[in-house]
Amino acid sequence: MIEKEKINWIYKKIFTIRFFEERIKKIAKEKTVPGYLHTCIGSEAICVGVMAALNQDDWISSTYRNHGHAIAKGCELNEITSEIYGRKTGICKGRGGSMHISDFSKGMLGSFGIVAAGPAVVLGAALQEKINKSNKTCVSFFGDGAIHNGAFHEAAGLAKLWNIPMIFVCENNGYAEATATDWHLNTKELSDITKAYDMLSYIGDGNNVFEVYDITKKSINEAKQKNTPIFLEFKNYRFSGQYEGDTQLYQPQEEIDKAKQNDPIKLAKENSSKYGLNKNDLEKIINEAKEEVDKAFDFADTQPWPQPEDALEEVYVNYPVEIKT
Amino acid sequence: MTIKTVKEAINDALVQSFEEDKNVILMGEDIAGGKGREQYQGTQDAWGGPFGVTQGLYTKFGGERVRDTTIAEAGFFGAAIGAAMTGLRPIVELMYVDFAGVCFDQMMNQAAKVRYMFGGKQKVPMVVRTVVGAGFRAGSEHSQTLYSLYTHIPGLKVVAPYDAYDAKGLLLSSIKDDDPVIFMEHKRLYMTSCEVPDDLKPIPLGKGRIRREGSDVTIIAIQRMNLFAEEAANELEKINISCEIVDPRTYSPLDEELIFQSVKKTGKVIVVDESNPKCSLASEITSLISEKCFSDLKAAVIKITAPHTPVPFSPPMEDFYIPSTKKIIDAVKKLKDV
Ligand SMILES: Cc1ncc(C[n+]2csc(CCOP(=O)(O)OP(=O)(O)O)c2C)c(N)n1
Ligand SMILES: [Mg+2]
Repeated sequence: MIEKEKINWIYKKIFTIRFFEERIKKIAKEKTVPGYLHTCIGSEAICVGVMAALNQDDWISSTYRNHGHAIAKGCELNEITSEIYGRKTGICKGRGGSMHISDFSKGMLGSFGIVAAGPAVVLGAALQEKINKSNKTCVSFFGDGAIHNGAFHEAAGLAKLWNIPMIFVCENNGYAEATATDWHLNTKELSDITKAYDMLSYIGDGNNVFEVYDITKKSINEAKQKNTPIFLEFKNYRFSGQYEGDTQLYQPQEEIDKAKQNDPIKLAKENSSKYGLNKNDLEKIINEAKEEVDKAFDFADTQPWPQPEDALEEVYVNYPVEIKT
Repeated sequence: MTIKTVKEAINDALVQSFEEDKNVILMGEDIAGGKGREQYQGTQDAWGGPFGVTQGLYTKFGGERVRDTTIAEAGFFGAAIGAAMTGLRPIVELMYVDFAGVCFDQMMNQAAKVRYMFGGKQKVPMVVRTVVGAGFRAGSEHSQTLYSLYTHIPGLKVVAPYDAYDAKGLLLSSIKDDDPVIFMEHKRLYMTSCEVPDDLKPIPLGKGRIRREGSDVTIIAIQRMNLFAEEAANELEKINISCEIVDPRTYSPLDEELIFQSVKKTGKVIVVDESNPKCSLASEITSLISEKCFSDLKAAVIKITAPHTPVPFSPPMEDFYIPSTKKIIDAVKKLKDV
């Protein structure tokens, strides 16, 4: 049984992410913010379900498609939005932008724009946890496209060899940019690639937030108990294009229509009574989520820009190098 | 004469090279795009890379020669090397030069060295097409230029065209060239256009170009910086300062003679480079000038570059990062008074 508080949290987050990304789509159309915008519409259940199984100080890595991960991990909505607007009060002081939303104090090691850069970094954090006999959970999020990259495989091999209980979370959303996942798979299931490393793996419905939560929670326990990495493949659908402005010509309408029947938000709504939420509860959560998102965008829009010279700051901890006496 | 954008000119050069030589092939991520869904009409060629540069090639030349790869740069860059050594002329697309890190070994240690290291018996006629440049609000991992990273490596040739004319002419010769060539396309220049003759001949690698003749100050401008140099020169002309603009176009080999001739003429030099300053093209060109033209110089060479920081995202910071027309004008005025 999941406690009531967690259920409320899950519902709040899943709606917040959807509303947030819908606003992003809107401002992308209006061209009111600079830069590339990658939304995660269709991934909300994975973001929230995994994070529901984590503590705030557990470690994760994300990618350029990070808004949902950041929101679910507890990053401040105002700061995320302000960052996307390029403002000084943004979560990365305007230096990162949408592709690099990340807050170390919330357990985010980073949102990396280079495909498959994250898993090895998380491996290192997990190694640190092991060496220091600390027990924080370490999770790397990446896409179906990333599993073809050498960097992923090297991290997977080391994680297994070193008995590191980290969790690889592969969001199989059907596409890597314009390339359909199945077109480039050599195995029947994506997660079959872990066989080379004799790594445990599970497949879950990435549209069902409670299933994601359940599998993740069990896997974390199993990984720690057996001292082994676990690979989770959550299947979902990327409703947005690769980035906002993508024509999506390669995504057939009938496929999108079919996927809509399993939209994670739709499923969450349908399941709400099963989890003890009545119509009023649900409405209240939805309204709160909407309001918070609206507030964050209003906030961001009024925030100051960085000074040009702010660009020069924090390249190093110490530079030029001071000689310590 | 036809007006073409840089993007069209590159596509034209690719098509022409594919038609002229059946050994030319193209590999990269989503260079066709949507190919996996052949059952759906019209989706086969949906992308043509993120900037649509290679659009149409898959439809024209088929999947055997136009290959969508997985996100496995080390794999397909390495494959290009073997294919090139044994008779093909592969062109590989590195979607953004910022991803150089995941396949740098292939260029630095294999493509660049097999000819030398194995006794001069092999050649590696491959081209890496890649996208460079800031000013797109694309953040630290999608905005670098990294010209000097490749220029530093003996065995690699490096080309960075500014306009559509040069883009076509230089790509044609890069593909015909028997050495590995890094062909850098600036994302902010794709949609700029100029006249490009339909029968344009390949432009030899290693030949720079005087974009504007002048007598007071030489501005050596690297790729997109030619735009700002031109703007600055136009402004300065109004106050009777005459600037000469030199566009080296290729950085390895570098047309040193052309640069030195201009330096001899004006004795005052500014080098404008969008890259980070340390060990950059700007510092390389400056050092060559001080070594070879010391007695011709009337003042120390001025370098205008990005600061020693990653590329920031937010517009005020990114605009500060990129050299500007104003910075060039100020530098020219400073030199004029010497
Ligand atoms: C090393 C590297 N190569 C190529 C890219 C360009 N790129 C960005 S996203 C992407 C597709 C990734 O797909 P997937 O892993 O499925 O993640 P999704 O976008 O679906 O979340 C590619 C090829 C990159 N960022 N890094
Ligand atoms: Mg994907």
